[in-house]
Amino acid sequence: MRRYFGRKLLIYGLTFFMAVTVNWLVPRLMPGDPVASMLARARVAQPEAQEALRVYYNNLFGFDLPWWQQYLNSWGSLFRGDFGISLWAFPTPVADLLTRAVPYSLALLVPSILLSWVVGNRLGALAARRKVLDNTVLPVSYVLTATPYLWLAALMAWGFGVVWGIFPVAGGYSFSMTPSFTWDFFVDLFWHWLLPFSSLFLVALGGWAIGMRNVIIYELESDYANYMSALGAPQKLIRRYAFRNAVLPQITGLALQLGVLVAGALVTEIVFSYPGLGSLILAAIQNKDFFLLQGAFLFIVLGVLIANFIIDVVYVIVDPRTRVGMVGAAA
Amino acid sequence: MTLEVDDLRVYYRTLKGDVQALDGVSFGLRDGEILGLAGESGCGKTTLGKALIRLDGRMKHVGGSVTLDGQVLPIGEDAKMNPYRFKQVSLIPQYSMSAMNPTRKIGRMVRELLESRREKLDLDELHQRLELVELPKDVLGKYPIELSGGMKQRMVMVISTLLNPSLLIADEITSALDVSTQKAVVTTLKGFRDRGFVKSMIFITHDISLTNQLADTIMVMYAGKLAEKAPASTVVNAPKHPYTQLLISSLPEVGVRYADKRLTGIPGNPPSLLKPEPGCRFRARCPLAFEKCAEDPPPVEVEKDHVVACWKAA
Repeated sequence: MRRYFGRKLLIYGLTFFMAVTVNWLVPRLMPGDPVASMLARARVAQPEAQEALRVYYNNLFGFDLPWWQQYLNSWGSLFRGDFGISLWAFPTPVADLLTRAVPYSLALLVPSILLSWVVGNRLGALAARRKVLDNTVLPVSYVLTATPYLWLAALMAWGFGVVWGIFPVAGGYSFSMTPSFTWDFFVDLFWHWLLPFSSLFLVALGGWAIGMRNVIIYELESDYANYMSALGAPQKLIRRYAFRNAVLPQITGLALQLGVLVAGALVTEIVFSYPGLGSLILAAIQNKDFFLLQGAFLFIVLGVLIANFIIDVVYVIVDPRTRVGMVGAAA
Repeated sequence: MTLEVDDLRVYYRTLKGDVQALDGVSFGLRDGEILGLAGESGCGKTTLGKALIRLDGRMKHVGGSVTLDGQVLPIGEDAKMNPYRFKQVSLIPQYSMSAMNPTRKIGRMVRELLESRREKLDLDELHQRLELVELPKDVLGKYPIELSGGMKQRMVMVISTLLNPSLLIADEITSALDVSTQKAVVTTLKGFRDRGFVKSMIFITHDISLTNQLADTIMVMYAGKLAEKAPASTVVNAPKHPYTQLLISSLPEVGVRYADKRLTGIPGNPPSLLKPEPGCRFRARCPLAFEKCAEDPPPVEVEKDHVVACWKAA
């Protein structure tokens, strides 16, 4: 058991190291100079003052150091919990921007991932036993799962927001409101949350339903199901066993899909101008904001890694076969 | 009589039409009797075993009846058959290695299975039976994967007979085992019968020499029909049906070298059961076939407890 988790932690550690390195490298390989664009925004006329500002900024962000020193420094500040200062929203610290955006992203991601997984699995299991449901749920699921996140998001924003005007199309809450702990504000928040959530939920739902249907049909044909039927066990018990065993590959599927779901959420946020990490990343890219981009990606990487680790642990708890494999079976 | 099967017909539905896998088989089984059911692949022995407990989706009950302890079994109706399963008829399947839910501890699975049939789990009785097949008590706290193949098979044997069924069907349970384990399984099954855990048993196999160690009576089937049924020693030593004779003569004997004399098989293949021609189904391969064989030979009791379906034997 300890060896298993030791190995897992090593793999996660390596992934984290690679991710931070790539995060550091990619923004710096993008064309363009962030300091130049900051200077342009500052509209300083005199060349001397401009030169002084350039030196000041370059020194402030450490761009005057050799690249390897910049890289090592970035690790140092990472361990100090210092994400640097945003270039785009200068002089706001990146950490502040992230803490403002992360709750919105989590509020979209966590419910849409978990609910689509739970509901999709239930739906797939139901479809596996009723012909009528199978003939309706399955085709709809195929369409949903083949839909690109941004396309469904754009379609829903246009349909429900622009054409019918039922839902707001942009923002985390109405521009006329200030965030406060009032009932009105929460209703407004919820109203803005509903469309982006639904589009994420629907696309993910289809895949889970298809997967569950196929696995459960396989489980219901398996030897243990046949044996139980031969001993006259009621279908309810057999289905319960089949469902539980069919959930196992779906848990693995969740671990595999996590990255895709997060990427989908980022795109959806941009479509709905939702004030989460996705919108932040877009702004960071447009403004060549190295530090913001690094910070946002770091958050995403950390989130995906932690979620994967939780899934690994859950899998060990629910599938006895993995546990036996770890301590060596009596075979 | 525990079991009476009368003119049982079970066909397989296929796209090309019905395959007459079990075509009018009649026999009886006394209390305490172990019947060995033998024959080559595709002769209908597994179909017969399944028909007595659970038809699969492609099988269709076409005619005939099965009576167990005086009650007619509703074998064609899956839901109505449920009350009889496990309690009156039980099964040790071919696939013992994978017959238990891999993600449930065995003890809990047994308890849930019994509860679903509204039966109380008698833990002492279960422990005694585990001891009888030399399984430690703590297997109940283990997952199936933690048991060896032989242990799984013994566990399934205990589960299947837990409610003391009148009829136990053992379908090819020794095919995946090595010879020494086969012997142990046969001994265990005999023990179950002697202790009254099961009243009677049908032991399905293609291994006649193994059947001979266990069965009181052997029934040989060919192409969906009964060929010969007689006490085990009669089938092995004095078979009357030409098919049985050829089957027995094609078995190797211990200590005999087959250097100068090749062991003979039975030339030819069994007929297609899709649209079988009338008449004896063995006649194309039979060395004794004559004109009369174009008519269906009825099973005839040539002497007490010895039934043969052959014009030459009667």
